[in-house]
Amino acid sequence: MLTQLTHDIATLSRRGLLAASAGLVLGLAAFGPAKAADDTIKVGVLHSLSGTMAISETTLKDTILFLIDEQNKKGGLLGKKLEAVVVDPASNWPLFAEKARELITKDKVAVVFGCWTSVSRKSVLPVFKELNNILFYPVQYEGEESERNVFYTGAAPNQQAIPAVDYLMKDEKVKRWVLAGTDYVYPRTTNKILEAYLKSKGVKQEDIMINYTPFGHSDWQTIVADIKKFGSAGKKTAVVSTINGDANVPFYKELGNQGIKATDIPVVAFSVGEEELAGIDTKPLLGHLAAWNYFESIKTPANEKFIKEWQAYTKNPKRTTNDPMEAHVIGFNMWVKAVEKVKSTDADKVIDALPGTETPNLTGGVSKMLPNHHITKPVFIGEIKANGQFDVVWKTPGLVAGDAWSKELEGSKDLIGDWVGKKCGNYNTKTNKCGGQGT
Amino acid sequence: MMPHVLTRSLDRSASIFLLVVAALGVLIPLSNLLLPSGSIFQVPTYLVALFGKYVCYAVLALSIDLIWGYCGILSLGHGAFFALGGYAMGMYLMRQIGSRGVYGNPILPDFMVFLNYPKLPWYWHGFDMFWFAALMVLVVPGLLAFCFGWLAFRSRVTGVYLSIITQAMTYALLLAFFRNDFGFGGNNGLTDFKDILGFNVQADGTRAALFLLSCLALIIAFLICRAVVTSKLGKVLIAVRDAESRTRFLGYRVESYKLFVFTLSACMAGVAGALYVPQVGIINPGEFAPGNSIEAVIWVAVGGRGTLIGAALGAIVVNYAKTYFTSGPLAPYWLFMLGALFILVTLLLPKGLIGTFNEWWEPYKARRLSDAAESAAREDGVSEPNPAE
Amino acid sequence: MRTEEAAILPPPPTFCRGRPVVANVFDRLRTLVLSVFLIAAFALPAFAGAFEDAVAKFANDEFSDTEEAIGTIATSGNPLAFPIISALGEDRLSADPDTRKVFITQADGKIIDAATGAAVDKLPDNAASVRLNNRLRRTVEAALGGLTLLSPDPVKRIAAAQSVFKTHDETMLPVVDGALAKETNKAAKQAFAEARAAILLYKQDATDVEKLEAIVAVKARGDQEAMALLTGLGSDQSPAVASAAANATAAIQRTLALWSTVQNAWYGLSLGSVLLLAAIGLAITFGVMGVINMAHGEMVMIGAYTTFVVQETIRTSYPGLFDYSLLIAVPLAFIVAGAIGVLIERTIIRFLYGRPLETLLATWGLSLVLQQAVRTAFGPTNREVGNPSWMSGAFELGQITITYNRLWILCFTLAVFAILLAMLRYTALGLEMRAVTQNRRMAASMGIATSRVDALTFGLGSGIAGIAGVALSQIDNVSPNLGQSYIIDSFMVVVFGGVGNLWGTLVGAFTLGIANKFLEPVAGAVLAKIAILVLIILFIQKRPRGLFALKGRAVEA
Repeated sequence: MLTQLTHDIATLSRRGLLAASAGLVLGLAAFGPAKAADDTIKVGVLHSLSGTMAISETTLKDTILFLIDEQNKKGGLLGKKLEAVVVDPASNWPLFAEKARELITKDKVAVVFGCWTSVSRKSVLPVFKELNNILFYPVQYEGEESERNVFYTGAAPNQQAIPAVDYLMKDEKVKRWVLAGTDYVYPRTTNKILEAYLKSKGVKQEDIMINYTPFGHSDWQTIVADIKKFGSAGKKTAVVSTINGDANVPFYKELGNQGIKATDIPVVAFSVGEEELAGIDTKPLLGHLAAWNYFESIKTPANEKFIKEWQAYTKNPKRTTNDPMEAHVIGFNMWVKAVEKVKSTDADKVIDALPGTETPNLTGGVSKMLPNHHITKPVFIGEIKANGQFDVVWKTPGLVAGDAWSKELEGSKDLIGDWVGKKCGNYNTKTNKCGGQGT
Repeated sequence: MMPHVLTRSLDRSASIFLLVVAALGVLIPLSNLLLPSGSIFQVPTYLVALFGKYVCYAVLALSIDLIWGYCGILSLGHGAFFALGGYAMGMYLMRQIGSRGVYGNPILPDFMVFLNYPKLPWYWHGFDMFWFAALMVLVVPGLLAFCFGWLAFRSRVTGVYLSIITQAMTYALLLAFFRNDFGFGGNNGLTDFKDILGFNVQADGTRAALFLLSCLALIIAFLICRAVVTSKLGKVLIAVRDAESRTRFLGYRVESYKLFVFTLSACMAGVAGALYVPQVGIINPGEFAPGNSIEAVIWVAVGGRGTLIGAALGAIVVNYAKTYFTSGPLAPYWLFMLGALFILVTLLLPKGLIGTFNEWWEPYKARRLSDAAESAAREDGVSEPNPAE
Repeated sequence: MRTEEAAILPPPPTFCRGRPVVANVFDRLRTLVLSVFLIAAFALPAFAGAFEDAVAKFANDEFSDTEEAIGTIATSGNPLAFPIISALGEDRLSADPDTRKVFITQADGKIIDAATGAAVDKLPDNAASVRLNNRLRRTVEAALGGLTLLSPDPVKRIAAAQSVFKTHDETMLPVVDGALAKETNKAAKQAFAEARAAILLYKQDATDVEKLEAIVAVKARGDQEAMALLTGLGSDQSPAVASAAANATAAIQRTLALWSTVQNAWYGLSLGSVLLLAAIGLAITFGVMGVINMAHGEMVMIGAYTTFVVQETIRTSYPGLFDYSLLIAVPLAFIVAGAIGVLIERTIIRFLYGRPLETLLATWGLSLVLQQAVRTAFGPTNREVGNPSWMSGAFELGQITITYNRLWILCFTLAVFAILLAMLRYTALGLEMRAVTQNRRMAASMGIATSRVDALTFGLGSGIAGIAGVALSQIDNVSPNLGQSYIIDSFMVVVFGGVGNLWGTLVGAFTLGIANKFLEPVAGAVLAKIAILVLIILFIQKRPRGLFALKGRAVEA
């Protein structure tokens, strides 16, 4: 088409130029809005299928396709079939914004399930606000956000990090802490919250070691040796790891090889789930910990049914499940409930209907959407077993409500998100005004 | 004086290209704003933003073609200049948010509040003024290119060595900007912009204006490149590209020519980045990734190295292909197509789309123009790529 | 096997120096264990009922009950105590929650009732293995440690002494003294002496003289644990002891500082070997042939995936061969990656000779295709490649830990380098390759089939990248992105060392590796890497053709 186009341009007389550009505009308009078929409800899936994040996000795409399939088997929604619109933002953050805009404007989707990294969420945020659509975000994240158009079904720091540290402090009597993370916003914020929390529990500065590494860091010799050194000061030491994705495998391999066992220095990770462990020989890692709101190994009828159907759907009897998948399950079911309640997929109506919606999670409880657009979740601590699964060794007595704003941070301790009463994501309870901490 | 310098170099295809860009720059925003939504002639806003992005990439491609196509400097780190320009604009946009950030701090951007910055770092000062930011869009990439080029060209680093160290440069910047301690928002970068010069960045009118500006930038960049490559300076550059040592022996200070054109190109890339940021709404260290720079070089190769129109068109074609293939049923396979496109273009169309087209068109045109007795010599000299390494 | 053993037994002595173990957690238990040794012979029947109750507690599936049960069983003196506790540590103990019966699955697969020792035909259907957490695992270790302090095996005795050194429990003093008196094994004797010193150092009523002697003994040990022991000493010591301890700490610190330099050098060598391995194939395709091969990283990835496939096949069909999986994978990876390399050269690269920058673009496209192909074929997630037993674990050399996988990779890299060098120098193909590189037309007129040599050279470079993938699969992710993370580093190494010179690549890789590892403790991982990149940029200004530049007219071509 293009050679043809240049050919046209080159051969045209100046007079014909106007016609050519008019034609071009016409051609461009041709890939304008596609007519949405009226008998389906479109659901956008915005997960990277290529690039660095494909490793984590591809599963989530499959999860949503699976859920849509199940829903359609039940007769769809509001008498219509659900239709998934899958795009590939290719782990490229500006492309996330572009694809979000395309899903909403061109494909006219009713809701989008998507994003993994914080930056991808930040990138699409203005688009969702501007075009007034709904995003379900399924990954544990740093908090410090509550937006009208976003529903956070992953864990906020108080639903993962703080219970994990509490467990180590009480049950393992840990006195000395290594906070190791990849240098991006989630570990930074989580470690900041944890540092403040640990200090409030009387841990001294010299008993906290903080270390940041770049994405995909693969040479862990020095850092593991440092951890070992730090841990041999006579006090019980633990590592709180917010190391992200790819860097985990070489990290755990080095831990295993340097002989750091969980009985000596336990490592509790917030970004290592069943999917990540699939790439590691877990025998040397026996007893290292992870904190999540869901584990595949949890034995409840709902979970066993889900795993069975999921493995049947993917035609892979070994396919694992993980925490962000459960978050999508909860989010999807909540959205379905809210749509059924208001009998419409209109974004405003659904956004108003979602808070207060309750739906059973896969671990036996009932999760509820809160006014701050976060949900209530149980917190589990699991120990890595030799078969690549986790053995739950501790759980919170009930469900924990997600805090949009951390109580431990100076900048956000007075803020709350409340989209029901106050209609505000950053309401200041001190000044009783919407709009952050002010001056 | 200037207009004459800029226009005298135009040949027919160049004029047509400029007219098309200008027409699109006016028609697309008008159609977006004036026609009722839903009309088949109305260009939806998301396409305006998308095309705006392509046009910015086209400016970046021009800047690469200027140094690679005409001077033989293959920079695998041009994305760095683009991103630096983007960051300068992003910093201005961040400062414009003022107290509308989630924490409501009137001075500090949100990410500084939660990372407990006591006050604004020194290098953030001044970016609340548009003129300063606009100046920095040119100065920062330009200065970096000048220093880098001054060191590299003076010590006669050429060929692949230069390519690899430009890659090292952008990679080092990538790592630096990823660091949260660096004060540019780390991996999240700068985002959630509100206003530019008092206009809402998300308003249709602003988007249309930004698109128009991007087209204008493309036109100006094209004119500047055209003026450079058709001048005597341009002839020296081509000589440097084809036989650097010989040019040096003839008495030209090769490094000065290279330095000038490298710096100019970096400034152009910076402007492209600055226009890109408000249209896509985010700038993040990912823009420094060496892969991005390599991809930008590929746009030029696809369009036709050493043809300015080709560079611009290549950027648009490749990015359109990317947009097209990443949605719909083909989404999981789009990398196959993109990869295949790169391989096939280098194998089958070594001169790129425009270069190949020219090759095929030239004899026919020459015959047709022979009566017109118009000298095509000047144009042949520049529009025919001569890849010689 | 080795790792399982490590989970139940206290690690052998070479493994456990420098490894911190929790102190003081199970003092109570230790006391009890001790009393077992003193009264075991007399008290058997009295505990019988308690023993059975304790065993039944395993069926409750409550960690606190399990812990109590371990304590009771360890002190019961029952001959089944050791089998039960070691079975618990090895995940061979299962309990039926309904009948509250507990079973041991013995190593030979036979099942016995844990309370009675009677043989059982098979496990009940609802029997589940008794779960442990870290705390319990430590209890088990400690219980087993106590049960092995007087073991006839010197290795076990040393391990037990080491664990006493760390816990320095006063109540163990008589046992340690007794053991020390009759110990004949030299290493074990020293271990007991050190354990004794540690106990005395922390004993409330020890005299200053005893403590000073203890400090000398601990100082002689001179490792991080000795330092932990000395720095952990309370402030209520007499001035003489306190100052002796401070001096000893300072002395140990000096030694450790010296060792940390050695350690950095070792880490640098190790990182350098990884860089060299990743770059060495590129040194052929890029350095010798001048082809900027952006798909080089993908060749590494293909090698890693070959290893994965080999291991999967072995796992499912020939589990006994697992330890040889890498030896099998190396030639296969070479062949697979090499064949793909030849294919690429024949179909793409050969049309692009003389246009190095265009090969860059085509191979970049190729790398996208290969990545996505692997992603489609193997899925986007990481694939598990296990370490064979000879590549797992570590040993201590002085005060540094050397992991076997890094050591083997270093040896392997040097071997590959040597073989490659020899091949280039002594074989006919090597001669032809050098000839074609130096002067293609001259070589062609001498009758060398240059296009064949090109294909083979490219295949060789790719094949070497493939075997690099086998080694890298041992320390990194096996995912479609594997290659991407090495490509830039590889180019830096080749350019830094000097294009076209294998020795340059060797020196370049080790220089960059060591520089990086010495900068890392000072500047942190990210800044160290940035600093290295800036240094390379500046270095290239000084020496525009790398460390070992080719001289002569060829360079201007």
